[in-house]
Formats: sequence, C-alpha cells, structure tokens
Amino acid sequence: MNSPAASALRIALVGNPNCGKTALFNRLTGSRQKVANYAGVTVERKEGRFVTTGGRLVQVLDLPGAYSLAATSPDEAVTRDVITGQLAGEALPDLLVCVVDATNLRLHLRFVLELQRLGRPMVLALNMCDAAARRGIRIDLERLRGLLGIPVVETVAVHRRGARALVEQLDRQLPPVAPAPATDLHAETSRILREAVSVPRRTAQIDDAIDRWALHPVLGLAFLSVLLFFMFQAVFSWAEPLMGGIETATAWLGEQLSASLPEGLLRSLLVDGIVAGLGGVIVFLPQILILFLFILLLEESGYLPRAAFLLDRLMVGAGLTGRSFIPLLSSFACAIPGIMATRTIQDPRDRLATILVAPLMTCSARLPIYALLIAAFIPQQTVWGWFNLQGLVLFALYAAGIASALAVAYVMKWLRRDRAEHALLLELPSYRLPNPTDVALGLWERATIFLKRVGGIILSLTVLLWFLSSFPAAPAGAVGPAIDHSFAGMIGHWMQPLFAPVGFNWQICIALIPGLAAREVAVSALATVYALSATAEDAAGQLIPLISSEWSLATALSLLAWYIYAPQCLSTLAVIRRETNSWRVVALSAGYLFALAYLASFVTYQLARSLS
Amino acid sequence: MRLPELPHDTPATVLEVENAAAVDPIAGRLRELGFVAGEAVRVIARGPFGHDPLLVQIGYTRFALRRAEAARIRVATT
Repeated sequence: MNSPAASALRIALVGNPNCGKTALFNRLTGSRQKVANYAGVTVERKEGRFVTTGGRLVQVLDLPGAYSLAATSPDEAVTRDVITGQLAGEALPDLLVCVVDATNLRLHLRFVLELQRLGRPMVLALNMCDAAARRGIRIDLERLRGLLGIPVVETVAVHRRGARALVEQLDRQLPPVAPAPATDLHAETSRILREAVSVPRRTAQIDDAIDRWALHPVLGLAFLSVLLFFMFQAVFSWAEPLMGGIETATAWLGEQLSASLPEGLLRSLLVDGIVAGLGGVIVFLPQILILFLFILLLEESGYLPRAAFLLDRLMVGAGLTGRSFIPLLSSFACAIPGIMATRTIQDPRDRLATILVAPLMTCSARLPIYALLIAAFIPQQTVWGWFNLQGLVLFALYAAGIASALAVAYVMKWLRRDRAEHALLLELPSYRLPNPTDVALGLWERATIFLKRVGGIILSLTVLLWFLSSFPAAPAGAVGPAIDHSFAGMIGHWMQPLFAPVGFNWQICIALIPGLAAREVAVSALATVYALSATAEDAAGQLIPLISSEWSLATALSLLAWYIYAPQCLSTLAVIRRETNSWRVVALSAGYLFALAYLASFVTYQLARSLS
Repeated sequence: MRLPELPHDTPATVLEVENAAAVDPIAGRLRELGFVAGEAVRVIARGPFGHDPLLVQIGYTRFALRRAEAARIRVATT
C-alpha cells in the first residue's frame, strides 16, 4: 500500500460504554467520518481521520464500548478482536487511546488495567474531567501516570477544544509499553484510586435527585407516558407539512418531466419509475429524522436506559427486553427508524426478536388504506353511548397489531432453541445535557445510512415494479385499464384463485403488486385498476362509492385484516436486510407476516360471510 | 442474604458472586463490573412491575439487574 493511509498513525479509541468515547471521536474528526459495518457482522464501524498541529495524519477507529475483553456481545467481540489483531481485514492499531469517565474510575480503570496486559502502546484519556471537578473529585495526574506507567491526558469531549491535550500527545513519540499490572485487577484498581484519587461522594447529587422522580413507580411511568405522547405529537405534526412538501415537489418534478419529454417509454420510466420511486424513499425522511432526533436526545441525556429500566419487566414477559420498547414505539410512525433503532439492543437474540415484531406495529403508511376502507364500509354511528364505530374499528386495528406482536414474540420465545438466560445488566449513566454537534452528527449519520444503503434497494425495486406494471403494453383497441394487460395484471389474475378464499377480487390482487413499494401506494393502484385517473387529487374520494357498491363487507374486513400483517412494504424488508445482514431473516419475516396475513384474512372473511 | 432480599437503601457489602451453572458468563460479568468481596453495595430503586429489575449502586456506578441476575450476589448488611 502506497496510499497516505499507510504512513498514517493508526489509533483506536477504546473504553467502557458511556465513557464519552464517541463524543471525543466527533471532536477529533469533526465530520470526516466513515460509518460502515465490520465485515460479516452488524456491528457499526466508525472511522475518521485528522491532521495534528504537528502535521501528522492520524486515522482513528471508534471501537464499540466494552466492559471487558471477555466478550459477551458481538460489539465487545469486535473490540477484543481489533485490539488483539485477530479481526480479518483490520490492521492492528499503533496506539490504544483508553477513554475513561473521570467520574466513574472504579469501573473504567479496571478495564484499562485489563488492556495493559495486552502489552500494546497506550495513552489514557481522562474524559469528562470538567464534570469530575464540579463534583469535587480530585485526581493527581502525576501520581496516576506513575502508577499506570502510561501518559495520562485530560479531555472534555463536549468542549470544542477539549481534545487538545490528546492531540498534542499524539504528536509525540509512541509511549513505551508499561509492565503488565498485578493479577488481581480489582485490588489494583482500588490501590490506584486510594493513592491518586479523592472522591467526596460516590454519586452526583443531581442524578440522585432526578432519579428519585424519573424512576418512581408511579410518577416515573407518568412522566414516560407524557414524554412519549409529546414525541408522537411532534413526529406527526412536524413531519406532516414536510412530507406534504416532498410529495408536492415530487409531483411537480414528474409534471415538469412529463411536459418536456415526448410520450413514451423513457418518460414513463423517469416519471412513474425513478421520480416516483425516489419520492417514495425521501418522503420517509422527515419522520425518520424527527424520530431519531428524539431517540438521540433520549440516548445522549441518559434517559433511554431509564425507560428500559421502567419497562423491562413488561417486555420480558413477552419475550423481549426493556430496550425493545423505544424501537417498537418508533415503529408506530414507521418501521424503518424503529428497526434502525434496534442498534441500542446489544444482545443479538433480543435484537432479532424486536426486529421481527416491529412491522406489526401499525405504521402511519397504513392509515390511508384503513381510512379508505373504514369510510367506505363502516357506518358513521355511535355505539355504547359515546363511542364512534369508525373510531372503534381503527382502535381495534391498532390493538390487533400490538396484541399480535406480543403473541409472536411470546411464541418465538418458546420456539427458539436458545433458552439460555440473557442478562439485562444495564448501566444507568449520569444525566448529561445533549451536545448539539454530537446530535447533529448522529442525525446526519442516520440520514446517509438510510438514503445510501436502503434507498438504493428501494429505488431498484420500484423500477422493477414499474416494469411489471407497464409491460407488456396494452394491445391496440384493448378495453380496460392498461395495467390489466401487464405482467402485474397477469400475476394479479394468476393470484386470484389463491386469494379467492380470503375474498379478494382480481382488482385487489393487482393493486397488491404495485402496493408492495409502499402500503399507501395501494390506494392509487386501486384507482388505476378501476380506471380512475390515478393522478387525481382525490383518488380515495372517488373510490369510496365505487368499492362500497362493488365489494362485500366481508371482503373489506378481510382486506383490513390483511393490512394488519402483510409485509406490504419493501422499504421495511430492505432495512431488515441492511440491519441484520441476512436474507434469511428477511425471508423469515416476510414469510411469517404473509402467513399471518393470509390466515387473519381467511378467518375474517369466512366469519364475516357466515355471520351476514 | 442475597441481593434481592436486601431492604431498600440499606448499606451492605458484597460477600461473593455465585455461579448459577458450571460455566456462568453472567456471574463472570458481574464480577468484572465490580461485584467483588468487600465492595459496598446498595439497592436504590426497584422497577414498577413486580419490583423488577433492581437498581443497584456499586462503586461509582448504577446498574439495573433483573432479580435472577441479582440473586447470584450474596451480601451482608454493614
């Protein structure tokens, strides 16, 4: 290798979870970061580079947080393998920068001592020393250097220039390797703390005060509910105008292209395939970014593990974990950010279970179909005094999704071979004010992952669906909508016998195919099949009288039941593929969701027919 | 006494962490997190449902432990 990277100093940031490692990484590298996965695993690999004041090029690897080299999660295994040089394709770092939280030395120094056994050049970054000073924690740097035998620098990762001492240290020569510490790491840690550190109080008073309320059995749950309510209000009210704007812009772009290009294949591909496909991808962005803004704020402030603490028992009963709660809740807006948020679950088994049930949460894209069918078939009437029947049906659809998710998680818990106890062992870190730069970088990272990795898959599938719905073209003088003569139409007709037992006619079967791109597309697809103008603003308004006269109530109820389960969203499947790195999991979730959808529709249809 | 039996906010000392099986990674991890003989420990909160999990202060850190995890830790009040 002759690239400049070969001559660069390779350093790795290593430390316990919650030591402020990623904030320090952001301070060092700014936005010059590359985020990918380690080869073969779904552990995030973050790398960046910067030039020191002395002109030295430094390549930084932000390793996943670990408590020990005896790894208990894939994250910790990656950290262990990188710093021992055992991970294929990863060069052994020249220098380990051990990051410790100066307010949590009892735990973090033990890991530093464990790392010293590896006999690699090391530097200790004493992070958050501003918070330690505020709490009256006094650390004798000279003595700490002497006891550990390695350079010790102070850092404040949340300050703009807080990494200066570390950068200066990197300009110097690599420090010599310190002798391996004594065998009893706990006793050695205690000895170092006694000699070099004085701590007036074991915890921060502010943390104790907040936790007394935030973890209170009644008030804590009440606060969590209010917070989540606010979060949802924000997601829907803030995202709505942005999503509307994106839809308008996509439509405008489509119209401009239609007007400037001659009618034909190219125009159709550009307008109905690529522009519509790109619009369909980008329209998810506002919800994803707003949800992630909240998740990042909750994570950075230290509240996320508190929420997991409050809800763990409930989730364990269903075979999940307290950490599943926020990802599942996010899935009510959209399963994409929900599944991406499962990265906060370190345990692979719990994470997989959460990913598999997340699509059962009723996402906002199902609402247009629910709204259409409910408006067409459920009468506006009041039941039991003050309940609106339409509202009750909508509520029942949401409740059915949640109940099914719990049931599926429960069944999976019984089916899986791995019955071992998986621990919670969740650290509740100190509360911190989120740093705006770190939140902004986190949001940027999520947005690029979504657009680059997921967008590509969605776009190519949208173009494929366009192809299926446009070819072959209708023969001259043919009657009926053009889609009827296309491959999608053929598949729809071919599917029809299969779906007859659940009450779907061939029009529904055809609409299901373009509806794969995103659930809400099914409404405009139905309009196309019924030869309405699909571009009309009010496709649903025209459809309501039509389908209410043509479909039976049993068919409508069956279609509602279908949409509770059906994996009618390629974006979700694409994000599952990206987050699990496994087509097997994609096939498993699509398979079980289709099976449940068919079963639910079948039962609904047959019951409704026999009752009417 | 075992940690789940320790009354709320009562100062205690860790005696040892027992393995629940011949090979017990959870017990090993608890020891690494600082649950070793002689360390001061305290239960500072309990989850709202079934008093599970426990919030435990050890060293300068707070950990949420499920009852089954905490039951591996033997303690004595001080």
